[in-house]
Amino acid sequence: MKPEDLEVKAAAEIAKQQAFDLRLACCSSTGCQSSGSLAIIDNLRAEIKARQLEARVQVCGTGCMGLCSNGPLVRMVPKSQKEVLLSDIKPEMAATLVDRMVVPALAGEKIERPGGALAGHSLDLDAPFFTMQHRVVLENNGRTDPEKIEDYFAHGGYRGLKRALTMSAEEICQEMLASGLRGRGGAGFSTGLKWDLTRKVQSDVKYVICNGDEGDPGAFMDRSVLEGDPHAVIEGMLIAARAMNATNGVFYIRAEYPLAVERIEKALRQARVAGLVGKNIFDSGWAFDFEIRLGAGAFVCGEETALIASVEGKRGTPRPRPPFPAVKGLWDQPSCINNVETLANVPRILLHGAKWFAALGTEKSKGTKVFALTGKIENNGLVEVPMGTTLRQIVEVIGGGTGTERAVKAIQTGGPSGGMIPEREFDTPVSYENLQQLGSMMGSGGLIVIDDRDSVVELARFYLDFCVDESCGKCAPCRIGGTQMLRLLDRIVDGNGTIEDIKEIRKVAKAMQKASLCALGQTAPNPTLSAIRHFEHEFTERLLPAAPTKA
Amino acid sequence: MSNAIHATINGLPVEVAKGATILDAARLVHVRIPTLCKHPDLDATAACGICIVQVKNNNKMLRACCTPIEDKMDILTETPEIVDVRRSVLELILSRHPNECLTCLRNRNCELQTLAADFGLSWSGLDNIVPNLPCDDSTHSIVLDPRKCISCGRCIQVCQQDQNVWALSFLNRGFETRIAAAGDIPLADSPCVRCGQCSAHCPTGAIVEYDESVKVWEKLADPDAFCVAQIAPAVRVAIGEAFGFPVGSNLTGKIYATLRRMGFKAVFDTNFGADLTIVEEATEFKSRLLDGKGVLPLITTCCPSWVDFMEKFHSDMIPHFSSCKSPHAMVGALSKTYYAEKQGIDPARIFVVSVMPCTSKKSEIIRGKEMSSSGYQDVDVSITTREFARMIKQSGIDFVTIPDEQSDHLLGMYTGAGTIFGATGGVMEAALRTAYFYITGKDAAKVEFEVTRGLKGVKEGSIEVAGKTIRIAVAHGLANVEQVLEKVRAAKAAGEETPYHFVEVMACPGGCVGGGGQPYGATNELRIKRAAGLYNEDHGDQLRCSHHNPYVKQLYDEFLGAPASHKAERLLHTDYHARPEYMR
Repeated sequence: MKPEDLEVKAAAEIAKQQAFDLRLACCSSTGCQSSGSLAIIDNLRAEIKARQLEARVQVCGTGCMGLCSNGPLVRMVPKSQKEVLLSDIKPEMAATLVDRMVVPALAGEKIERPGGALAGHSLDLDAPFFTMQHRVVLENNGRTDPEKIEDYFAHGGYRGLKRALTMSAEEICQEMLASGLRGRGGAGFSTGLKWDLTRKVQSDVKYVICNGDEGDPGAFMDRSVLEGDPHAVIEGMLIAARAMNATNGVFYIRAEYPLAVERIEKALRQARVAGLVGKNIFDSGWAFDFEIRLGAGAFVCGEETALIASVEGKRGTPRPRPPFPAVKGLWDQPSCINNVETLANVPRILLHGAKWFAALGTEKSKGTKVFALTGKIENNGLVEVPMGTTLRQIVEVIGGGTGTERAVKAIQTGGPSGGMIPEREFDTPVSYENLQQLGSMMGSGGLIVIDDRDSVVELARFYLDFCVDESCGKCAPCRIGGTQMLRLLDRIVDGNGTIEDIKEIRKVAKAMQKASLCALGQTAPNPTLSAIRHFEHEFTERLLPAAPTKA
Repeated sequence: MSNAIHATINGLPVEVAKGATILDAARLVHVRIPTLCKHPDLDATAACGICIVQVKNNNKMLRACCTPIEDKMDILTETPEIVDVRRSVLELILSRHPNECLTCLRNRNCELQTLAADFGLSWSGLDNIVPNLPCDDSTHSIVLDPRKCISCGRCIQVCQQDQNVWALSFLNRGFETRIAAAGDIPLADSPCVRCGQCSAHCPTGAIVEYDESVKVWEKLADPDAFCVAQIAPAVRVAIGEAFGFPVGSNLTGKIYATLRRMGFKAVFDTNFGADLTIVEEATEFKSRLLDGKGVLPLITTCCPSWVDFMEKFHSDMIPHFSSCKSPHAMVGALSKTYYAEKQGIDPARIFVVSVMPCTSKKSEIIRGKEMSSSGYQDVDVSITTREFARMIKQSGIDFVTIPDEQSDHLLGMYTGAGTIFGATGGVMEAALRTAYFYITGKDAAKVEFEVTRGLKGVKEGSIEVAGKTIRIAVAHGLANVEQVLEKVRAAKAAGEETPYHFVEVMACPGGCVGGGGQPYGATNELRIKRAAGLYNEDHGDQLRCSHHNPYVKQLYDEFLGAPASHKAERLLHTDYHARPEYMR
């Protein structure tokens, strides 16, 4: 398509949607699908049809709306009044929903809190969970149909790319630098700088790779973005490709995310048909296409050199850097690997400008961050907040605390590479630097809440066990250090530990941090070390009673 | 000078070329950074984490083995913190290694043991966790003990990159990572060609030669056995390394004396077999070149790993192969026929032991029925240089001071051409000397064909013989062979003239001097010195062409008749079979 066609198509889709009096959008992401959301969509359509309301009511699937613990969620958007978000819907409730909510709304009745069979199924959209969030990356999640490219057009889709095509590669990199966007995969490296480094390397072949190997326990931000807004990631990659003069795109998505793969495949097909992927993009003569590679489930393949090895069909193990992938990456060609969430930010930055993005967040950490709230928390799910929001706001206000009479003891951020942050530090504003200072890290955004009955020793053990299981085995410090540290920790968990074991843990941890080849081994001791740092008494309480000293 | 890097290491200024690692730079200023997984021959795998260093005022520790040094870097290599971390890493490695040093073949010759000794480690508080994994001795050439493996990855790199065999790989992950044949099948069923380069590069006792010294001792003690020994060309210039001699010392006379004192009743030399091989092979070459019998190029077959590799992966080359057995197989066959007849010894009593730089010879001696051409197994046991060195140490013989002796000349006298077989290009050079004579009827004015020498992976050249240009190629290291074969195939497919008339192949880098059964620690520097020991002997020899070996002539006169005679064919030649079932 020509650039000007984009507005035409978007306008057509908006007109089409506005022809309906009401839109029912049901979450069709993996979590809600497992609770029957596809059947809900089918049943809603059948009920609408039975009442001959197809011309007035649009039913569609959509991406994750965030409050996963209350799924499946259905969003009802009447043209004439405030939208309603319904929770815990079951397929058999479709008829009731149409009768008690849709039909009255169409009749112009004011829809307040539903009663009867739907009592308690409506969420308060004025609650802090919704009002305190700022959705940039998740903007379309829960609103657009991820399987329809037109819906993406209607929500500003591909306008960032359209703008990028009017800019030079260097200008795009400058725009990214000015936005202050940093990698959302965990390490927080400047995205603009990464792109600019890759841009400066001369090569006939260059790769842009989307790292969809999300693997932290409890983390599902990237999955939700891939499933709920696949075109945003594709558009982000296309812009990245323009910024670096890249020639090939690769999606590396873990095989455990079949729906994400399906949605990306479908979105790519649609984008190709629309002339936005493949040959002659936006009628500019520029050609760029993608391939999808599935990860076989190794956590370490999220590390970029291991990811490259995996794409090449080799054992997924990291290699020393330098050379960095920007110089010598996939198939020895310059490559830039970006995380899903990072890429999903890109179209919005191009669309609204670097200034707009840089206005969000803190001095060094710009924009928003998506967190997956899990554990002992009332509002389990995905939230997106501006950087600088305090942990307390996230956990206690947005997340609603434990939702039980128990008190929150700590959170774990950064997954197996991160650490525990005790409740007394919750007034810390979220930023890459702040979390690191607390002995944890931003990581990809998993945030697990533990209450005062949970043992940090056992949580530390859980994460270390995960890392031991996921160690690729290439370097000795991680391969053996992890196993030995786990043994020492086991001894303490079992009540057979001594103060010497804690000393030994620190020693092994240091060897792992300093001498492991990649971040997996370097950060694997973090949960344990942070637990010792903030909750040492929980460790010492479990030790064997000290041997009586000689009188 | 944009290409020069100026940095400091422990305060010492250093200038290196761009691309040099911190480890390279440290060596220049006499700073020794401990390493374990790094082997000078190989790319850094960065596996062990021992060589860590720091840039001043930077918390991060870098691996010296694989980190390029940058301009103005201020490197520290020995701060207490660095040493502490190294020590902890070493403790970790030892905690996953059996404490069996005293009974390990690598005792006192193990890189891990040496490092532990250097660090003066005492017991750590860590459990010794050694998985109960079985040894794989299925190849009868090398033994893989995954318990002793420190996962440095050297063997895998050698097997996959240098040899392109892909027998070894890592299996499983994390703490369960171990080396094995891909698919966890016995090595004998894998593409393994028994070259033993894995064992020669292993820093510990995880891969060692299949030790058969006990069998030899038993036969030496058996009064009914008539034990015969032969030594390969490359053994004489390497054995000294186990006794403190300078690298490349040629100790042929001491070896003969030692073997005789050990109880061998006849001491032969594989160099004689090499001369004989040349006479047969040059005859074969001449008939292919001039009489059009058979295809060109003719490809050498002295190296059993190469033969194995070819049968598994390049069997379309079988018609190009020389049918000559390897030199030690010839000596074995003749020991139990010609020598037995001449001495009136019952061949059933004769027990032939080959001392070889090679693990593959252990498999070669049983590779087919042609290896029993004498009516008995022609060579009974083949031991490596390393096994032989240990046997000497067990023998009560003072190898360092024992005076030189002579071989038993009937199958022991040799020319310089036989000696140089031990270095890459040596077979080619020896063959050219004799082929020249066979084609022109006179010896070449200059018998050194220098194009065949040196450590370049593939050496190509041509020589003029009686107005004919003979194009040759010499390859060592199996990965290098394949480009030569591809050229031959491409020419064949295009209907063009063959790019080469004669090709020499040795599986091991540097040829037999760098063999998989040679003393540990071989690097190119050592390989060159070992080869020099052979070339020096050749240079000083009166007889430098195989066809001038009087005992070879005598052998034909008295026993074989002529080269390529029916008897020679039966005893000295073999055939090859495609084995396409092996997959890389």
